[in-house]
Amino acid sequence: MLLIRCPYCEQDRPEVEFSYAHQAHKPRPEEAEGTLDDHNWARWVYYRKNIKGVAHERWYHAAGCRKFFNAVRDTVSSEVLATYRSGETPPIEESRIEGEEISFEYERTTEPTSAEEGK
Amino acid sequence: MVNQPAKKQRFNALSLVRNAFSWHQNWEQQWRSPEPLDAYEVIIVGGGGHGLATAYYLAKEHGITNIAVLEKGWIGGGNTGRNTTIVRSNYLWDQSAAIYEHSMKLWEGLTQDLNYNVMFSQRGVMNLAHNITDVRDTQRRVHANRLNGIDSIYLDAAGVKKKVPGIDLRGGGRYPVLGASFQPRGGTARHDAVAWGYARKCDEMGVHIIQNCRVTGFDIQGGMVKGVQTTKGPIRAKKVGLVPAGHSSVLASMAGFHLPVESHPLQALVSEPIKPTIHTVVMSNAVHAYISQSDKGELVIGAGVDQYISYGQRGSQQLAEETLVAICELFPQYKRMKMLRQWGGIVDVCPDASPILTSTPVANMYLNCGWGTGGFKATPGSGHAFAAHIARGEPTELTAPFSLSRFETGFLIDEHGAAAVAH
Ligand SMILES: Cc1cc2nc3c(=O)[nH]c(=O)nc-3n(C[C@H](O)[C@H](O)[C@H](O)COP(=O)(O)OP(=O)(O)OC[C@H]3O[C@@H](n4cnc5c(N)ncnc54)[C@H](O)[C@@H]3O)c2cc1C
Ligand SMILES: [Zn+2]
Repeated sequence: MLLIRCPYCEQDRPEVEFSYAHQAHKPRPEEAEGTLDDHNWARWVYYRKNIKGVAHERWYHAAGCRKFFNAVRDTVSSEVLATYRSGETPPIEESRIEGEEISFEYERTTEPTSAEEGK
Repeated sequence: MVNQPAKKQRFNALSLVRNAFSWHQNWEQQWRSPEPLDAYEVIIVGGGGHGLATAYYLAKEHGITNIAVLEKGWIGGGNTGRNTTIVRSNYLWDQSAAIYEHSMKLWEGLTQDLNYNVMFSQRGVMNLAHNITDVRDTQRRVHANRLNGIDSIYLDAAGVKKKVPGIDLRGGGRYPVLGASFQPRGGTARHDAVAWGYARKCDEMGVHIIQNCRVTGFDIQGGMVKGVQTTKGPIRAKKVGLVPAGHSSVLASMAGFHLPVESHPLQALVSEPIKPTIHTVVMSNAVHAYISQSDKGELVIGAGVDQYISYGQRGSQQLAEETLVAICELFPQYKRMKMLRQWGGIVDVCPDASPILTSTPVANMYLNCGWGTGGFKATPGSGHAFAAHIARGEPTELTAPFSLSRFETGFLIDEHGAAAVAH
């Protein structure tokens, strides 16, 4: 069982209090559902980085403060290297011990509007 | 010459007696360990049951023998050698029923086909129903199975008790047993023998089985795969089939694409050996516990998956505990038994709990993964179907529904609740 520090409760608590909420920092695509093509919609809904190494992931303190937060965890040793509040910058970068880093960005499927270009 | 493929001696009573005279010291080598050539027609990455079966059927059914199976460790050392060996085909949806039943038919002749005893034992598989919803789902699945020509019957509580007298139908008050589905043709097989039997026949037909050879990258030119990089150097190939189970995302990332897959630990345990007490396989999907008894007498018990991603081949203690609690409620007489061994494997889980058998964004590269917690039963069928897909270079009737594109079209094959969480 993992011992996880909830950054809101500021306590080390046993894993059974938490639910896993998968890959962190995965932005919901900006395009409205109607303009995003099926390929990119599938990436948002189903695709995961599934990193072997150090990964950013979301956890939910279900039997505690009931807040979502993020963790940096080694997916081979399972060691939780750091936890931090939602919206904060990850204190440790992701890295892989096997496999390549490839972009997880959503491709833009519609031309940017002139208003957006002006930004 | 050690490195020439040769017809294997046949295993039979006579050869057993003959070898007994030399204290079983002179059995021939079961497969060679060649150094890789510069190039092959097909490279299979991953020497688990599915990879070896793919190579076998490519050679046997499609006449392609210029094949290398590359395995980073030893063959069968992944999930193939770590699973609880349950074989059944009573899945809900037509697409699943087709591929798992295809597999079941191959299992029924596998020992003869390979001339290798895979100890396929059709002792039946029972899936328990603990509440009214379970009962309805189970009956629905039984009807669906029968429409697909799969042997499947519904047992009421008395029927369960008759087949498994040791079960407490009250489930300790916690897991009452109201009924079950039963597939008489289901059962178990010897997992290692499946890997070894396929390897031996592959070798006989000239396939190179190369162990301790990790694939570290791909040579991709103009969107087409030309070969692989390995710890034994680069090897060229016309076609590459990836069958790496828990490491599918890692391999896919080397080829430049992501997958809708997550890798989780799944664990199992065995008890000390005892006299025969349970002669079928009992699975409880609701409480994620399943049990059978091996020919050695050990109770073989499967537990659940850890919630988080992991590539470390071990599960956590609390999951084993939850499973054993449920087993003890259902089978009070096992309460004082000791567990001898516990281990884990890394299973590649898809959002819809169905596998991926597909062409990929890279031309001439094919992928077979996502079998998750339940692919042992599919080993022959998966290999057979995937071999046809690779040989043709395009989907077949069996593989087409399992393509990666289903996550875009929305035609998911949702076996999660349907076929039961436990496989
Ligand atoms: C505890 C447990 C219980 C299970 N119980 C059941 C059950 O009762 N019934 C059932 O049907 N299924 C069960 N399963 C699932 C089943 O074991 C798998 O679905 C099936 O064995 C997968 O076979 P495979 O050949 O695809 O994978 P594996 O046997 O894992 O083979 C993949 C191989 O690829 C190799 N590999 C990975 N990366 C590389 C690389 N870079 N280069 C070279 N080689 C590489 C690995 O070393 C491995 O040997 C269980 C699994 C576990 C872990
Ligand atoms: Zn908290």
